[in-house]
Amino acid sequence: MKTIQTDRLTRTFDKGKVTALQEVSFAVEKGEIFGLIGPDGAGKTTLIRILASLILPDSGSASLAGFDPVRDYARVRQIIGYMPGRFSLYQDLSVQENLRFFATVFKADLETNYPLIKDLYDQLAPFKNRRAGQLSGGMKQKLALCCALVHEPEILLLDEPTTGVDPVSRREFWDMLIRLKARGITILVSTPYMDEATLCDRIALIQKGTILETGTPAEIPRRLSRPVYAASAGDMYLLLRAVRDYPETHSCYTFGESHHVQLKSGSPQDLLDFLGGRIPGPVALDQIEPGIEDVFMDKMTSRT
Amino acid sequence: MKAIEVKDLTRKFGDFTAVDHISFDVSKGEIFGFLGANGAGKTTAMRMLCGLLKPSSGEGRVAGFDINLQSEEIKKNIGYMSQKFSLYNDLTARENILFYGGLYDIPYKELKIKSERLLDRLGLGPYANKLLRDYPLGWKQKLAFSVAIQHQPMIVFLDEPTGGVDPITRRQFWDMIYESAEGGLTVFVTTHYMDEAEYCHRVCIMVDGRIAAMDTPQSLKKKYESQNMDEVFRKLARGAVRSPDVPGRGKR
Amino acid sequence: MTIKEFKHVLRDPRSLFFLLAQPVMLMLLFGFALSNEVKESRVAIIDQARDEETKKLTDRLDQSEYFDVMGHYADPSVVPALFEKGAARLAIVFPPHFANDLEHLNAGQIQVLADASDPNTAAIATSYASAIFGAYQDELLGLMKLPYKINIETRMLYNPQLVSAFSFVPGVMTLILTILCTMMTSVAIVREKELGTLEVLLASPMHPMQIVVSKAVPYLVLAMIDVAVILLLAVYVLGVPIRGSLFLLMAENTLYISNTLALGLLVSTITEKQQVAMFVSLVGFMLPALLFSGFMFPIENMPWPLQWISHAVPTRWYYRIVNAIMIKGLGLASIWKETLILAVMTLGLLVLAVKKFKVRLL
Repeated sequence: MKTIQTDRLTRTFDKGKVTALQEVSFAVEKGEIFGLIGPDGAGKTTLIRILASLILPDSGSASLAGFDPVRDYARVRQIIGYMPGRFSLYQDLSVQENLRFFATVFKADLETNYPLIKDLYDQLAPFKNRRAGQLSGGMKQKLALCCALVHEPEILLLDEPTTGVDPVSRREFWDMLIRLKARGITILVSTPYMDEATLCDRIALIQKGTILETGTPAEIPRRLSRPVYAASAGDMYLLLRAVRDYPETHSCYTFGESHHVQLKSGSPQDLLDFLGGRIPGPVALDQIEPGIEDVFMDKMTSRT
Repeated sequence: MKAIEVKDLTRKFGDFTAVDHISFDVSKGEIFGFLGANGAGKTTAMRMLCGLLKPSSGEGRVAGFDINLQSEEIKKNIGYMSQKFSLYNDLTARENILFYGGLYDIPYKELKIKSERLLDRLGLGPYANKLLRDYPLGWKQKLAFSVAIQHQPMIVFLDEPTGGVDPITRRQFWDMIYESAEGGLTVFVTTHYMDEAEYCHRVCIMVDGRIAAMDTPQSLKKKYESQNMDEVFRKLARGAVRSPDVPGRGKR
Repeated sequence: MTIKEFKHVLRDPRSLFFLLAQPVMLMLLFGFALSNEVKESRVAIIDQARDEETKKLTDRLDQSEYFDVMGHYADPSVVPALFEKGAARLAIVFPPHFANDLEHLNAGQIQVLADASDPNTAAIATSYASAIFGAYQDELLGLMKLPYKINIETRMLYNPQLVSAFSFVPGVMTLILTILCTMMTSVAIVREKELGTLEVLLASPMHPMQIVVSKAVPYLVLAMIDVAVILLLAVYVLGVPIRGSLFLLMAENTLYISNTLALGLLVSTITEKQQVAMFVSLVGFMLPALLFSGFMFPIENMPWPLQWISHAVPTRWYYRIVNAIMIKGLGLASIWKETLILAVMTLGLLVLAVKKFKVRLL
């Protein structure tokens, strides 16, 4: 049995006018970090809230450790730890008070579950008397995770825990998730940051309420039908426009220090020849291993 | 004339120094990336540059105006856009454009023509009378940027403009930034996407209220022996001594 | 800037409605429906003389727009019972041989008894009655050219000095409980919705009703403390007596507090924003509580649609109960009807609130 399983979950808002989720099916194995990767408005929050038994699907079903979040919502709530996308702790209570409060809500004993949150708590300890509202973004997320863990949940549902958090704190947060996974906790996490995909065991790319792809972060890019080339030159902006002017270009996107190019047909040499007369100075064009973001954009364009 | 030049800019809150003697300058038409961990002093520095916050000490000029004395002049000559505050959801696209144009004393007739041109260029013509709340996020961000620069400021400040936006829209957004920079606009941008740091002409990384590094992305990667800007950033920010926890600083 | 603000308002139909409808509503209410004037006060006539003069005087009273004769009685001893039931506000006692006295002694005695548990109304009604008798006396003077004199003796029952505290203490209690309980509970729950903390609490194993009940407890306690403070001040500072049973009073208070808490809970289930919750509590409950309790404006004077509405306002019943216990010193036997109505209302509201309360977000 899969730890989390959904079967054609569909949910609309505003009397059917807005479709947030359209027949979403996926499964998460026990002890896995499963990433839901997609931009704002893709349906990540709706999906996580349905799993957390906080909203009802219009159709389709789900199960968490065998419990249905619609019928057995009370059981589901006992085994999940949930962290909403918005910071949802009491800003006017201190770190310590928040922890104690959530421990009581979950009828959990802080001391018994201490090993689970020890790592996090050690980082929070210097600020334990500070009000939660005055913590930095990264620290707030750590506290929220701590509060979601006080009752030793089997499953963690994290909705965009790293949004708006700086890269260093983000990395620390992910290190923490990986340590929790080692304890057998199943983690479903959503994020708009494509680069976090590689930290998950498996991912689902989600856009406009539908899942574009599921698989491991390594296998998904291999499914791209066209090779991806990285192009760079002295004047990157000029290069971008020139590549896009090339009739056989399928797509060309900026990717940090290089542009990623996919061609409809023809060889990369043809492109270099084309660029030769237009770009001053040398142009580098090398085939590369595509990443998640390449796949995401490819899927997005092929759909619209 | 430099678009921005600051010297020993400092801001203290009580006995806490949020921004500690920073000095730099930004040329006209430059895309200047301003990075830093939460609480490194980014927001405070940016507010001082926009004329929203008085520096405790130090001096500087933004768009040629003194940040200590001419904050009103500065506000007229810069554009500002952030992910959090951008446009009004219960107004239509056209109304938003007209409203923000009105704030900068653009004559109404001229504004009217300009706004139609802008709507056309963004391909929003057919949707100009739709309330903004019905727009996809990506459209809103693009519109917000266009609105922020419609009074032709010398500099535009972008505070995490692309957070949560899908990868294609994010790139289209950067295309717009590039295009505007080609046209001479100075762009001062903060971001949490490290690949976006690569698009900047120069990047400044703040750690503990000070400038830890400032150079082109290429030179920074070479200097810190890193593959990409993400690594550079982490190497620098790991060295932070100041806890990231500063009162009233958290974003979420 | 102004144009933009107009557009904001125009696109929010709900606030637009409130902004435009409110002045109209209030103007109509205060202009027509509510007045401090005491009209059609029910008056009991105890006519021990049954002669020409007393009949004329009774007719005068009945014809005036201020009074409404509700019945004739033989013995003044029924008056307290009539007041307790709220059947009459005023009682006029004509002594035997009224006309005779007037003719031969040139002086007649009339006793006016008033229910002064509501001192304002009592004072106004007695002065109206005196004026009517005075006018009659002047007419007689004109006719007979003899110094006839009608002596009016007024007696204020329950509150002889017409201390206004007697009426406002129950009134203030009513208001405080309504504001504190309804507004604070609704705002407290809606605040958690707004902060997003309710989301986390809902996703926890704690039963949703438990969350709500535990949120209401502090306000219940606070409300009880408030009641105690008001009562202590009333008794020891203002000299307002608690004539009835303190235990009964506290029991009725608890009932009313549960009522307001249920209302607050109901408000919280239908609103998403603190401001809205506050607004709904104020306009939806505070105002009716103020208008229809009978504390500021006598209910009898309202047009019938408003009187009818006032029956649905719990405050009306609570105010009568408190007034009856504190000022008139009545027991449960006299107020069981009000208590029952209040209890049924409370139960209904609680059931509705619990049914409406969602165990999920949407």
